[in-house]
Amino acid sequence: MPSHTISVLVENEFGVLARVAGLFSSRGFNIESLTVNEDPIDGTVSRIVIVSSGDDQVLEQINKQLNKLVTVIKVTDFQGVETVDRELMLVKIAVEDRTRSELDAIVKTFRAHVVDIGPRAQTVEVTGDSAKLRAFIALVRPLGIKEIVRTGKIAMARTVQPEVANQRSLRESA
Amino acid sequence: MKKLSGAQIIIESLIAEGADVIFGYPGGAILPTYDALLDSKLRHVLVRHEQGATHMAEGYARVSGRPGVVMVTSGPGATNAVTGIADAFMDSTPLIVISGQVGTQLIGNDAFQEADIVGITRPCTKHNYLVKNVADLARTIKEAFYIAGSGRPGPVVVDVPKDVQQAVHPFSYPERVELRGYKPTIRGNPRQIERAVDAIEKSERPLFYVGGGVQWSGAAPELTRLVRGLGIPITETLMGLGSFPASDPLCLGMLGMHGSYGTNTAVCNTDCLIAVGARFDDRVTGRIADFAPKAETIIHLDIDPSSIAKNVRVDIPIVGDIKAVLQDMLEVVQARESIGQRRAAWSEWHQQILAWKREKPLYQNGNHRERDAVSPMHVIEEMHTLTKGDCIIATDVGQHQMWIAQLFPFERPRSLLTSGGLGTMGYGLPAGIGAKFAAPDRKVLVVSGDGSIQMNIQELGTAVQYNVDIKVIILNNYYLGMVRQWQEKFYAERYSYSAMSVPNFVKLADAYGARGFRIEKSKELAGTLKEAFATPGPVLIDIVIPKEEAVMPMMPPGGAMSEMLFA
Repeated sequence: MPSHTISVLVENEFGVLARVAGLFSSRGFNIESLTVNEDPIDGTVSRIVIVSSGDDQVLEQINKQLNKLVTVIKVTDFQGVETVDRELMLVKIAVEDRTRSELDAIVKTFRAHVVDIGPRAQTVEVTGDSAKLRAFIALVRPLGIKEIVRTGKIAMARTVQPEVANQRSLRESA
Repeated sequence: MKKLSGAQIIIESLIAEGADVIFGYPGGAILPTYDALLDSKLRHVLVRHEQGATHMAEGYARVSGRPGVVMVTSGPGATNAVTGIADAFMDSTPLIVISGQVGTQLIGNDAFQEADIVGITRPCTKHNYLVKNVADLARTIKEAFYIAGSGRPGPVVVDVPKDVQQAVHPFSYPERVELRGYKPTIRGNPRQIERAVDAIEKSERPLFYVGGGVQWSGAAPELTRLVRGLGIPITETLMGLGSFPASDPLCLGMLGMHGSYGTNTAVCNTDCLIAVGARFDDRVTGRIADFAPKAETIIHLDIDPSSIAKNVRVDIPIVGDIKAVLQDMLEVVQARESIGQRRAAWSEWHQQILAWKREKPLYQNGNHRERDAVSPMHVIEEMHTLTKGDCIIATDVGQHQMWIAQLFPFERPRSLLTSGGLGTMGYGLPAGIGAKFAAPDRKVLVVSGDGSIQMNIQELGTAVQYNVDIKVIILNNYYLGMVRQWQEKFYAERYSYSAMSVPNFVKLADAYGARGFRIEKSKELAGTLKEAFATPGPVLIDIVIPKEEAVMPMMPPGGAMSEMLFA
């Protein structure tokens, strides 16, 4: 089933995440990833970005049910919209003398950063879309992954949307 | 600005919202507010169990159209109210539930009588609040009333810690509500309304299917004008009964699991289904893939966008307040002369449905008066005769509920109080009590079963304390009748724990200080019922019926409307 990214603008108040998460669990909707942040400019609101999967009918219900919550201000569904999306990942990778240069090359190619170095392991910070992060993991796996921490996805619509016939416009509702 | 305690602010805010009666039960964490209540002009009804308070408030709200107000203490007081809150949520009933909470410093410490009622009721309220600061209290109550009563109505819980009730703050009641995340749509999209009328005009076999939304919106007059003006037959859900006068031949009664053959056959054959304030519940549709199979167009009017296209495909959705949308639709219809030419075709379709209804009418045992045992149909006939049909009926859940829904002709909206969505046994008696507080001049009957009545029988004490003039009819077959019926038909007559011993209801009524009657034979029915109805105050009438009486016809569970069982 296709994945969808939904950005939910909510009142920045206690319990609001529980309302949104509770809605997903009680209605049997799936959450693949979730990020929450207070808006850095307007502190009265927070943004929740959720990746969920389901067919069009499920997605429509998710949108409608989210909009029904009193503390939800706006729901933006990125289906059919060109987006910039990013995830951040920290990977602690085992290093030995013979693999150090290989890891350096991978880090460079992925425009990643080494953020912590120890005698037997290095921690690398990688940002990018899901595909890039998957590729990075595949390449460093043979070296020995000790630990991975990964954020959920954040997303933003691209300023210029390509002109595609019948393209669904950015679906927004308040 | 005068300074008030949080407790006084609660009371003043309730008064400012026009509340006149509170259904509640005091306890530790709500005592400051109860203390303030003693000095106010608000009436308070002391219930016997908090679930009773919520159903009373539901009955009050259903009859008056205004939110019912409940007041309970923390912990068990609040958790006892949860079933009623969930019931109100399923049946879109506006409630304001004020619950006491332990002091803010104790929250999260597993304090005495602490329960996370905001967490517990999150999935079964329209919205809920924990008020941590007395400065937010008045605004919160204002918002709670606005949210509960507007859009698709529902229950709102306001949880107030004890120290917030005791804190003092300047009081001024806000005049406006500003909620950027909550703005219900009132007017329907005119383009969609035009499209809907186009589709109706083109259809050969149109059918209205209306639900509880019509009553909440106060749209029965508009609906009646539109349906009669067009001459299109109409079927009602359990919650929709009374939206359109049952005596009008266009009214086909209830559809769905226990709908009549004629009505359900109409649904199976319509080519244009016009759903109004209904939500395609599974007890209505049966197997969804086979629901209204010939409907080329489904039009759906509802104030709740999430009800549209949730269970069935909808071709023409119209989001808005039913009353406003129907008013606009009436204008479109009246401006369109061509639509009058459709009446002949639609009348033929109506006649076809009436022929189906005659082919397999509900309950053909017209000789029930001659039999020794009392038949439920006979009871309903006598109830109708004695009240001339003008009464409010609150039911519980089970066979008696379906018999009333099938057979009692409701002429007016807000006359049937019943638990439709959640199916809460124990709803009837307290709902009937609440109804009487909303409409003291109307006759209020409660129809229950021997199982259901025992779920909240303690509220008889409340009825006696306030001398509430309600007549409670118990259709007593010494079984959980509907459970028994399913076991008989679908579980090979294996009656697993559905037989029930019952108390002597006459003595029970007497012990509570009410009057009790018992009827065992059909020849006693008319006379005793008349005497009971004429007896003032709360009256319990225990009517013994045969356990074999079944609610028929029925859609088998998981089956389709076309697969109804008739015996």
